[in-house]
Amino acid sequence: MAGQVKLLRSKVLLIGAGGLGSPAAMYLAAAGVGTLGIVDMDAVDASNLQRQILHSTERIGERKVDSAKKTLTSLNPDVNVLTYDVRLGADNILDIFSGYDLVVDGGDNFPTRYLVNDASLKLGIPVVHGSIFRFEGQVSVYLPHRGPCYRCQVPEPPPPELAPSCSEAGVLGVLPGIIGSLQAMEAIKVLLGIGEPLAGRLLAYDALEGTFRTFRLNRDPQCPACSLPKEQLVIEEYDQLCLPHPVAPPPVAMPVAVPVSA
Amino acid sequence: MSVKVRVPTQLRPLTGGAGEVEVEGVTVGEALKALDAAYPGFAERMFDEAGNLRRFVNVFVGEQDVRFLDGLATPVQPGSVVSVVPAVAGG
Repeated sequence: MAGQVKLLRSKVLLIGAGGLGSPAAMYLAAAGVGTLGIVDMDAVDASNLQRQILHSTERIGERKVDSAKKTLTSLNPDVNVLTYDVRLGADNILDIFSGYDLVVDGGDNFPTRYLVNDASLKLGIPVVHGSIFRFEGQVSVYLPHRGPCYRCQVPEPPPPELAPSCSEAGVLGVLPGIIGSLQAMEAIKVLLGIGEPLAGRLLAYDALEGTFRTFRLNRDPQCPACSLPKEQLVIEEYDQLCLPHPVAPPPVAMPVAVPVSA
Repeated sequence: MSVKVRVPTQLRPLTGGAGEVEVEGVTVGEALKALDAAYPGFAERMFDEAGNLRRFVNVFVGEQDVRFLDGLATPVQPGSVVSVVPAVAGG
């Protein structure tokens, strides 16, 4: 009962009302989390429906955040659903994040994930990370300055040609259902302070093999984000390496990889 | 010495779809070089021009990230499982 009251007083922000955000939002609404914010700038497309179960055929063309709100309030009218029909950027992320207890990151690209990481460090908000590719999914929890952050785990993003999006690469719709549900579980654990959240651990699910594996994640003392005091972390749009600011410009003499011209 | 290397979905086209292959080596670096010798194409995806692991690829021996051990020089034992886990961002 005390836990239920705690959930009702909790505010969770979901990045994305897509494959991961759909199941996560529905379970969090069903569990009675009092306030759910949803950030998504897309409209519902027929190609989304195999995995984005917040939406349905009659909502095609609607704003995803509006469709999500309808589904969630019909599931649980006591949930206060706040919608952000915007592209998450350096200019708005701190305003949007402020006041939330936890962020569920179900974004679909690397720059947004780094932006979410840095803003969460700045504001001290835990992030429940989920990401998927074809038949594999990963889940972790980043507790700001208490455990490793996303940059400790992934110091640099892969080049775009090695990081196709779900719509390009294809994903079996059940996979985000499983990973998003795990994110909802981790979110509730963190909100209630129960069990062992996946902080400092990466849970990797291989759907084809039917296996879950966990790997240890370490806090990097040299991390360009979480080794800085939060006051020094500046939230800006990132370059193609998603580097945070401020970073010291590399010394001129430092050898850099020069692309070979064809 | 034989170790298992676990290959992620993205790189399985290189192994003909196999998710786990056995290679020889006494360090992580040797095991990964043996992997590239048996299934060419791994090295360019996993290593940069200087031969270091690319920073978006995590390599674990058992549960431990080699970046926080001895990197590619991290020793492996018979039966060790080396997992290649690239970052993914889909949602």
